Amino acid sequence: MKLAAAILIDGVIDASWLFIVAVGLTLVFGVLNILNFAHGSLFAVGAYAAASAVGWYYGGELGPPFLGYLLMLGSALVVALILGPLLERGVLRFFYRRDEVVLVLVTYALFLILEDATKLIWGVESYYAAEPYGLLGNISFFGLSYVSYDFALIGLALATGLLLWFGLNRTVAGKIVLAVIHDRDISRAMGVNVTAVFGFAFTLGVFLAALGGAFTAPKISVQPGISITVILLSFAVVVIGGLGSVEGAAIAALFVGFARAAAIHLVPWAELFIVYLVMALVLAFRPEGLFRRSAARTI
Amino acid sequence: MAGMLGTLAAALIAFAVLALAGFAAPNWLVLVATLAFSKGLVALGIVALMRGGLVSFGQGTFYCAGAYAAGLAMRSFDIGDAALLVALGALAGLILGLLIAPLLASYRGIFFATLTLALSMIVYGILNKTYSLGGSDGLNLHAPTFFGYRPAGSQQGGYALFLFASLVTVIAAALCRIHFDSVRGLLSLAARDNEIRLEYLGASVRFVSGINFVIAAVLAGIGGALSALSLGHIDPDFAFWATSGEFVFLAILSGYVSVTAVFVAAVLLELVRSFSSQYFPNTWQGALGVFLLLIILFLPGGLGSLVPRLRLGAKGVQAPAGKRE
Repeated sequence: MKLAAAILIDGVIDASWLFIVAVGLTLVFGVLNILNFAHGSLFAVGAYAAASAVGWYYGGELGPPFLGYLLMLGSALVVALILGPLLERGVLRFFYRRDEVVLVLVTYALFLILEDATKLIWGVESYYAAEPYGLLGNISFFGLSYVSYDFALIGLALATGLLLWFGLNRTVAGKIVLAVIHDRDISRAMGVNVTAVFGFAFTLGVFLAALGGAFTAPKISVQPGISITVILLSFAVVVIGGLGSVEGAAIAALFVGFARAAAIHLVPWAELFIVYLVMALVLAFRPEGLFRRSAARTI
Repeated sequence: MAGMLGTLAAALIAFAVLALAGFAAPNWLVLVATLAFSKGLVALGIVALMRGGLVSFGQGTFYCAGAYAAGLAMRSFDIGDAALLVALGALAGLILGLLIAPLLASYRGIFFATLTLALSMIVYGILNKTYSLGGSDGLNLHAPTFFGYRPAGSQQGGYALFLFASLVTVIAAALCRIHFDSVRGLLSLAARDNEIRLEYLGASVRFVSGINFVIAAVLAGIGGALSALSLGHIDPDFAFWATSGEFVFLAILSGYVSVTAVFVAAVLLELVRSFSSQYFPNTWQGALGVFLLLIILFLPGGLGSLVPRLRLGAKGVQAPAGKRE
């Protein structure tokens, strides 16, 4: 019982940050048709930026401790506002209308570049920004002690998901984005500024990656290599959920979270690949992922 | 038939030139070229897939299988002959390829790419935890013999291995060229252009893709065994995604038009790597990224598309290949 509870809670906690990151990836794919390999690097940049900002803020004791959270949010926003337009306008737009696989290669190139850029800016040593992690204290469930911050993270994931759902389904701007996802050519013919939607969606995707990075930063040591783990995990999440599906990303994040938590508690040696095993199994039976209707094959 | 004879003649000449060049070249260059050829073989497999419109991001699976097959044969059965070890690597690739091909042959585009990536990461994960195969430390290999000949020193061993790798490479390249120009090989190009049309003409796209997949797996197995012999060490990183990514990079760089271009690209990349990782260890990957972007933007058909373009350009004809990516 205790073990089941531990797996359940760990799984949901793991799923929360995975969802935030993966939903950005799936949104960018839905709108721009780009499976962004560099998404993990954007996560890493967000984490580095937040770790630096938090270190600076708490190091100088510049204000009330709780403002640190706002600072993390702010650093994710700054990263998105700089890198989003820069990558979309500066690089990606030259490659639109190319094959999906070629676009993966383009973002793979971006990933290589961003990897070295982060090493140049932040160096290769680890950053720690643990202050915000302990700030909310601990709570216990079923005799298991947890850090409250982890539950705040679940709240953040829920808020992100709800906001995104509301924005997409209940606002005019969101409806326009959905129209572009459905058919960009018809949307353009109807007078939608597709270029602007692309820029907006990509920047939002960068923001979500950086947000995930910024709020995960206090839990981990931020160091080179995290981007790879993140991209492979969020790839698995969006592919399991169905590319371009927000609900799919949520369900698949839980799936992956539980799988990882179960592996860590029950078969530790399988932790490295259980996610890919789940992904391969899902794809073997539902090639389009869990939440994507099969598209008719067109010429 | 004339085309086939021409290919074989070109292969013979290429081997003779390589053998002479390797004799004259300094030792480090011979080592770099050996490794480049073994990686080029894996990239050649991706080129075979690319001709059918597929890109595998997980060729590390078969590369690793070939390397471990050679390594384990050497360790457990005391097989030391390079030819036998490489044949075992090819066999490992073949068996694994035949097992996986039916599962993957009906996937397309990014689903194919991500599934192959997932498979390679599963292999990577399992190998890292399989301590009887050395775990994350991997295994060491000793120097091989060549058809009974045991080289005296490391310099001679390096040249002998280079000669052997060149032989394997030239044969594989010639066979691939002949296959690419055959009816079955040309079906791949048709599948790339329009799968539905090909189906209506009576050919099975799934079968074509499956064959290409097995060819790619065998080539990757051979490449893996050769790499294992030339590095003298194998570890799970052979199946790591970055290794597979490098093969894709090579295939994009060379394009699917020319077989020779693959190996030219491989040698170039190995040279650039050994220089830049020495002088700019922290920026060379980024430089590689910029280079990749430039290739995709300005030379979507890869280096190989330059050759027919030059040849046809002289006659004032538009090059047919390399327009599509």
